[in-house]
Amino acid sequence: MQNANIIPLFVIIPLAAAFLISLIGRYVSLRFTNAISGLACFMLLGFSLYSVYVLQAQGIPALVYKVGGWAIPFGICMVLDGLTAFMLVTVNLVAFFVSIYSLSYMDKYTDRPKFFTLFFLMLTGMNGLIVTGDLFNLFVFLEIASIASYALVAFGTEAEELEASFKYAIMGSVASSFIFIGIAFLYGFTSTLNMADMAQVLNSKPNLWVVPFVTVLFLMGFGLKAAIVPFHAWLPDAHPSAPASISAMLSGVLIKTLGVYAMVRVFFNVLGVSQAVLSMLMFLGALSMLVAVFLAVSQWDLKRLLAYHSISQIGYVILGIGLGTPLGILGGLFHLFNHSVFKSLLFLNSGSIDYAVGTRDLNEMGGLKEKMPLTSSTNLVASMSIAGIPPFNGFFSKLIIIFACLQKGYLGYAVAAVIGSLLTLASFMKVQKYAFLGTLKEKYSQIKEVPLAMQFSMICLAIICILGGLLLLPALKFFLNDAVNVLLEGREYARVVMGLSGR
Amino acid sequence: MTLYLLCLALFSVGLYGVLRKRNLVKIIIGLGIIEYSMNLFFVLLGYRYHGRAPIDAQAQDILNMVDPLPQALVLTSIVIGLGVTALVISIAIRIYEKYGTFDITKIKRLKG
Amino acid sequence: MAFEQKSGMSLIVKTITRLTVGLILIFGIYIVLHGHLSPGGGFAGGVIIALAFVHLMLAFGKDAVTTRISKEMASNLESIGALMFLVIALIGYFGGSFFLNILSKGTPFELFSSGTIPLSNAAISLKVGVGLFAIFLALVILEGSKREK
Repeated sequence: MQNANIIPLFVIIPLAAAFLISLIGRYVSLRFTNAISGLACFMLLGFSLYSVYVLQAQGIPALVYKVGGWAIPFGICMVLDGLTAFMLVTVNLVAFFVSIYSLSYMDKYTDRPKFFTLFFLMLTGMNGLIVTGDLFNLFVFLEIASIASYALVAFGTEAEELEASFKYAIMGSVASSFIFIGIAFLYGFTSTLNMADMAQVLNSKPNLWVVPFVTVLFLMGFGLKAAIVPFHAWLPDAHPSAPASISAMLSGVLIKTLGVYAMVRVFFNVLGVSQAVLSMLMFLGALSMLVAVFLAVSQWDLKRLLAYHSISQIGYVILGIGLGTPLGILGGLFHLFNHSVFKSLLFLNSGSIDYAVGTRDLNEMGGLKEKMPLTSSTNLVASMSIAGIPPFNGFFSKLIIIFACLQKGYLGYAVAAVIGSLLTLASFMKVQKYAFLGTLKEKYSQIKEVPLAMQFSMICLAIICILGGLLLLPALKFFLNDAVNVLLEGREYARVVMGLSGR
Repeated sequence: MTLYLLCLALFSVGLYGVLRKRNLVKIIIGLGIIEYSMNLFFVLLGYRYHGRAPIDAQAQDILNMVDPLPQALVLTSIVIGLGVTALVISIAIRIYEKYGTFDITKIKRLKG
Repeated sequence: MAFEQKSGMSLIVKTITRLTVGLILIFGIYIVLHGHLSPGGGFAGGVIIALAFVHLMLAFGKDAVTTRISKEMASNLESIGALMFLVIALIGYFGGSFFLNILSKGTPFELFSSGTIPLSNAAISLKVGVGLFAIFLALVILEGSKREK
């Protein structure tokens, strides 16, 4: 059980980094702050990759860590299984590149120690939410990540940013209330908070209305955090308002961790999914896919356009997972990973344009290709990925989702996915045309390519976009398959976790 | 059962405040009412009639205690509520600085 | 309405504050230190400690407190509180399990008992007390800067 000792590190490292930076950041040079944050993110990335390796090398379904040495139903436990490892890699990969990017990008803003403190608190919340095996602990980490993100959206303290942050904070808090009530009902019914134990109790105890009722509450709560369409109103305001590196974190991983991961973990592994829930997920997924992409095409603010695409791509993920078949879940999770890579790359590109040119309006740009070749080419890669052009990673995941729809006989959803993909392509053609092609405006003749740290992040993410499809190769497929198996096993999760904790 | 329904009523009052009021401060108060109704509900879930406070004291039997776990959780939830409220209030003050009003119908620089 | 001091509230409020604020502070410290035996603990005690300072600030005006505790100092103390709590958890981590209570538990119902719990309470009370006070201070400074404009 020695390997289980790495699990709490995912919480310890960012938490220590956050408060260390907040304590000494004011007195030491910027370089030291940068070093701490880069090192912390690098360690997190290393440990998350190591966790994948451990699970694979030992050939066990999960690792369980008992916090404080308490036995399982009584104390908090942390669980590392296939889905956890998958999400940890996704989150920490994006966080690493975003932190490297921020080293240069945050020159625009004044208070860098505060930025990194909030950044690491958000990371603490996300990592903690992913590794925890306790339902109330999940709520606490969710709130840590949410509060840090409310503050980060308002980081620029301009009028629009404050307005967006206020809206986001109010809606997010109401969503958290729904989640809290759901947890209260579940606790009242099962008298336990451990997710594995709760699943066991729900398995054996007959219930008529608790599970459907709680499902609806969680669908509202987590759905609002994930910005599925009826609950999406805050996202197009909040995500563009944050600094670009934070937009990349918010759109890239926050909505997936707080919304999609928490939702599927609770629905599949604790409450157990019925066909009704799956149909609802599919419908909401398809709805967000189409509605958001229609809204996105007409946007002229670059970051706002990207934010609407986040809603639309989350729709693909929800649709894939909602199919409930192995192929559908594989497609959904693969798209989740791909989207977090290319959407964070797109937001970093928009941040680079903002850094060099100083505008987010597509009408103001034009001909940036000759001045910023690297931003332009990485943006091309990311655009092709999100639109689903063959060699890039977005193509494979969308193809799997469409195949899975056809396999289960949902022709309408498959057609909707294709239409959404076409409209995505159209809106990114628009971005390419207005931002990078055409003639350069007179007043922008002096602009330069962005600094090296920002270039490094963008190049690495673009390479992952190109090579992402390789994850489907048989040698690497265990990374996705382990995650899919966790969702497929459903309430068997309880048996796995309880069985391991006995040792 | 009546108590639970009263919690629901309190929750509805809070939700009304969040959804219908135009003043930022009143919205924040509505949010606070929602939080308190939830906390009250959770504490009531762990209550048992004629139970005593769940404190392990000397020379007392531990049989008739109320459930201590919801109380611990509600304490956590109160702390979270404190954090959210402090953050939202400071944002509201900054909004007042920028816009010169607390009326949300006048605060719409974002396209929505 | 002529009073000697310009800032703060009336003489009655100031006199009462002078008498009570020490008691409030001591009560807060008692709640923290006795938290593992009776109701209370780090959060409740920390709030009471913070309220003692807020009380002082309301009665004597913000300058009476801000000259002694600056915003930077409050922020630093808050980070120290959080790091202390993390270190206490880490002691357990290296002793076997995260948050493991590895110190001697002592005899129940005595002041020096239950291992790391009183230490955690002290760390939390530092974090909460200074944090809550810093929130109040930040709001006051925000309000003050607005009025100057």
